[in-house]
Amino acid sequence: MDFSSLITAMPGLLSGMMLTLKLLVLAIIGGVALGTLLALARLSNNKLLSTLAGFYVNYFRSIPLLLVITWFYFVVPFIIGWLTGTNEPIGAFYSCLVAFMMFEAAYYCEIVRAGIQSISKGQVNAAYALGMSYSQTMRLVILPQAFRKMTPLLLQQSIILFQDTSLVYAVGLMDFLNSARSGGDIVGELHQFLLFAGLVYFIISFGASTLVKRLQKRLTV
Amino acid sequence: MISIKNVSKWYGDFKVLTDCTTEVQKGEVVVVCGPSGSGKSTLIKCVNGLEPFQSGDIIVDGISVGSPKTDLPKLRSRVGMVFQHFELFPHLSITDNLALAQIKVLGRKEDEAKKKGLALLDRVGLSAHAAKFPGQLSGGQQQRVAIARALAMDPIAMLFDEPTSALDPEMINEVLDVMVQLAHEGMTMMCVTHEMGFARKVANRVIFMDQGAIVEDANKDDFFGSPRSERAQTFLSKILQH
Ligand SMILES: Nc1ncnc2c1ncn2[C@@H]1O[C@H](COP(=O)(O)OP(=O)(O)OP(=O)(O)O)[C@@H](O)[C@H]1O
Ligand SMILES: [Mg+2]
Repeated sequence: MDFSSLITAMPGLLSGMMLTLKLLVLAIIGGVALGTLLALARLSNNKLLSTLAGFYVNYFRSIPLLLVITWFYFVVPFIIGWLTGTNEPIGAFYSCLVAFMMFEAAYYCEIVRAGIQSISKGQVNAAYALGMSYSQTMRLVILPQAFRKMTPLLLQQSIILFQDTSLVYAVGLMDFLNSARSGGDIVGELHQFLLFAGLVYFIISFGASTLVKRLQKRLTV
Repeated sequence: MISIKNVSKWYGDFKVLTDCTTEVQKGEVVVVCGPSGSGKSTLIKCVNGLEPFQSGDIIVDGISVGSPKTDLPKLRSRVGMVFQHFELFPHLSITDNLALAQIKVLGRKEDEAKKKGLALLDRVGLSAHAAKFPGQLSGGQQQRVAIARALAMDPIAMLFDEPTSALDPEMINEVLDVMVQLAHEGMTMMCVTHEMGFARKVANRVIFMDQGAIVEDANKDDFFGSPRSERAQTFLSKILQH
């Protein structure tokens, strides 16, 4: 096989990878933040709040990610335009980012919720007994411990998200996979390009997964 | 200082506390004992509002715990509590365990809070362990840190919920010694404990609970001299045997 065209296409592939990683990192940050709020809502004593959060989580876990992405591509620009009164298109990147954040938040929520529940009630009581408020108790005592325990699971979920970012091809975003596909198309060497893309996804995902397992071992010792 | 008036509490249909009434005067040490499941922990957690109750009221230093208008976090910051399982914060060093609430709740400056924490750590004989984490200390040491952590808030009273029952026998005394010293300094204390040696040494009164009710509430000498109820007598003879 001839890989010389791969080298010529490298700048395009690289910028595709940059887009994938940018989308991934922002989606993780937003997804974990939103997921944490959802987890707190699900665990709250407020029936309405916990029911709404429960509904959100179950809803997003019951529909395909691809649907969410296309849905947001058409609906989010419309809503934002309607709210701000402008007609600026917000573009595929941001609509995808919102879609990933909201979809992944449902999964992160369940991880965070389990993490919070794994911390004993006695820790909450101890923080309250010292006069801390609910938000201080969560921020300073419960969440730091919960996140420590959950880090491997959150990372594992993020590796799945890394692979799922490739679904953005549906709205024409040039992520890594889409760049490889179109790069290969242009020079008529689709096989090589797709093989190469597969290799890159494998190396990154498998490598990260191995690191996570090692981390998990260290945390449980 | 602490006045418990006709407090009743239910978990659904199950009545955990039945019309409990008692009082802890300023500087008094009151020991609460009774069989497992009799509601001792529940009662003591009602005192600082960690557990809500449905009827009656508890007044701490003139403030009603049951009133919805009460600023519970503020009230709790003035009442120290020590738990059976220590409940130090495992992700924080001993120094930070002692300083955290002083800074975040009382608004003390960081160096002031650390200094105060270290002074109290010294008082419980653990100043060498300031930089360690809770997991590196023995149970008895952790419990002494937990007492120091509560004292760092300058509490007007201290609540203890079986502070020695999760400890190996050889560590019980190091914790009791700290509590005895505290009692001698005039701290107002409400202690759930089965350490009758401690009760004999420093308690003013002993309360005996059974099935959610206060069955005996007597001066120490009366209690150990001749507990009136049969249940208290049976209970005492059981725990004094070993
Ligand atoms: N969250 C809860 N829901 C329902 N029942 C509860 C709950 N917490 C405690 N109970 C019940 O209330 C009763 C009193 O519990 P409590 O912990 O106050 O007893 P205790 O006297 O402290 O016992 P121990 O000596 O075992 O600590 C027990 O029968 C217990 O099963
Ligand atoms: Mg108890």
